Amino acid sequence: MRLSAYIDGLGILGPGFSNWPGAAAVLSGQQAYRPAATVLPAPTILPAAERRRTGRVVKVALGVALEATAQSGEDPRNLASVFSSSGADGHNCHEICQALSLPGREISPTRFANSVHNAASGYWSIATGAMAESNVLCAFDASFGAGLLEALAQVAVDEAPVLLVAYDSEYPQPLHAKRPLPDVFGVAMVLTLQRRPGSLARVDAALSDSDFDRMEDTALEALRCAIPAARSLPLLRLLAARISGSAILEYLDVSRIEVRIEPCA
Amino acid sequence: MRPLLLKKFTAVSCIGKGLAATLQSLEEQRSGLSICQFETVDIDTHIGEVPGVDDARLPDDLRKFDCRNNRLAELALQQDGFFDAVQQAAEQWGRRRVGVFLGTSTAGILQTELAYRERDPVSGALPSSFEYGSTHNSFSVADYLRRRCHLDGPAVAVSCACASSAKVFGSARRMIEAGLIDAAVVGGVDSLCLTTLYGFHSLQLSSPVPCRPFDAARDGISIGEAAAFALLERVPEGVNPASVLLLGIGESSDAYHMSAPHPEGLGARRAMQAALAAAALQPGDIDYINLHGTGTPSNDRAESQAVTSIFGPTTPCSSTKGATGHTLGAAGALEAVISALAIENGLMPGGVHTTQIDPTLTALYIRDNRRTPVARVLSNSFGFGGTNCSLIFGRAG
Repeated sequence: MRLSAYIDGLGILGPGFSNWPGAAAVLSGQQAYRPAATVLPAPTILPAAERRRTGRVVKVALGVALEATAQSGEDPRNLASVFSSSGADGHNCHEICQALSLPGREISPTRFANSVHNAASGYWSIATGAMAESNVLCAFDASFGAGLLEALAQVAVDEAPVLLVAYDSEYPQPLHAKRPLPDVFGVAMVLTLQRRPGSLARVDAALSDSDFDRMEDTALEALRCAIPAARSLPLLRLLAARISGSAILEYLDVSRIEVRIEPCA
Repeated sequence: MRPLLLKKFTAVSCIGKGLAATLQSLEEQRSGLSICQFETVDIDTHIGEVPGVDDARLPDDLRKFDCRNNRLAELALQQDGFFDAVQQAAEQWGRRRVGVFLGTSTAGILQTELAYRERDPVSGALPSSFEYGSTHNSFSVADYLRRRCHLDGPAVAVSCACASSAKVFGSARRMIEAGLIDAAVVGGVDSLCLTTLYGFHSLQLSSPVPCRPFDAARDGISIGEAAAFALLERVPEGVNPASVLLLGIGESSDAYHMSAPHPEGLGARRAMQAALAAAALQPGDIDYINLHGTGTPSNDRAESQAVTSIFGPTTPCSSTKGATGHTLGAAGALEAVISALAIENGLMPGGVHTTQIDPTLTALYIRDNRRTPVARVLSNSFGFGGTNCSLIFGRAG
């Protein structure tokens, strides 16, 4: 069984990646990859009161979602969305666990409200006014694949465009030692059922038993392994090169996802 | 949408382990809430604690998953023949054709809370015995279940706060309808932890007394814990007319506030309308509404407004959270099971602990059980972040 859709917009933020055109130049081999700490844009789309409350995980999700929707030309208010992340706000989680280990056990109400895994989805809907459904997933290291399958199934079954946002953020110590994500990485895509003038490529996907693809570049492969949302890199490489082809993405231990890409000329 | 069959379902909460005990508590209008004596928690509140969770044993090869949340999941798996039903489905459809979709809000974060008390005094490191991925991470409970049941299909945790395990029905439905799988284990598992007990307390949203949904004097929630599962399949030819089907799902976002509902319940209204549209039903087709009904002043006011704007003031509704407590990420699945029991047994469960219904709330809130045929039930679940999900269940024939 294959699921297919058109990709109408892309967004990316990560170590050495500040937008899709820049990332595409690297992933297509035109420029060398230069790893550097992820630079997160301020979430100016949010009202000032909310902006102050957002952590890195919300900033990366909103940043990539905005880039992808702007490129697609879709009004974010009309888009259903799938947010997928291997963890919520790691810094916020640390502060809560820290506070709970101290005698007073006083945790801030804002920290608690922000501790939900769907915080980024909530802020996105507040920022854009999107009242459509938004699902928020976690599949640990398989979170990108889980989000992709959910979004493609939604496009196919509900026949409506869907914004997919996959993103991860690091934990500070001491959790960092147990879950060593090095930095923030996010990728977003707008998926639609019908091809439109601005469509970038057609994607179709199926579960697979084959071995998953790795990145040839050592630093990019290290990034792919280090952050779950970067498991998308073999797919993004095809999109950057604007060539027909297929890639096998890492998913669960017992299955992979084969994606085929056909660029829209 | 094409209806789906609830081929098997079960639940464990403070009102009972398994369907028979749960039904008996509902029939007797018995609440499982008690004064909070959980762990070292020092808060003046009531909770819905499941007795004996720590007696549940995980298989040796899955020991790294050991935590309260996965013990609660294991406890529920063993009720009502649910584990065996999943094995039958795996044999019938193939292990790759059965998916796992579980809702949770905090998974096994209690392990991390406890580990933070045992940090190395010099380095600050967490104890070496602490396992992050198989306990704390939101996926841990879905990962545990798929390994425990040897399922190789798509697996995911849905974590949308208190709407999590209602929304799993939507994820499973889409994948079945898209043809990726033939059966799905859906459900929710959330267990007591300090983050939610102290967190809701910090927001002044937890009540010192057992929660009183829709009461004029309601003053907050009582946190509970639960595990509830359902096995979903396409409706077969010649389905038993007494079977319970999932008829509709509606989801929406408030786009309003992170921890407060839209004051007029606009998002809730959209979710209920979408569920009715998906089921191709009219408001008058719904016999009973199992409310989100948390017992906070703002939730119940907004939900009542949303319900009456669609159903008027004559459709009986109640919240079962006075009995079970608010089981957060497990609430959607637990109340789906209660909705199924209502249909199977012709029982509209009255809301317990509510003594004086708030006269400003116009929805028809029932406090006494009603014994009457129930063909269709709508169940609401809403969560932080402004996420809403309504489910409609009904008799097959």
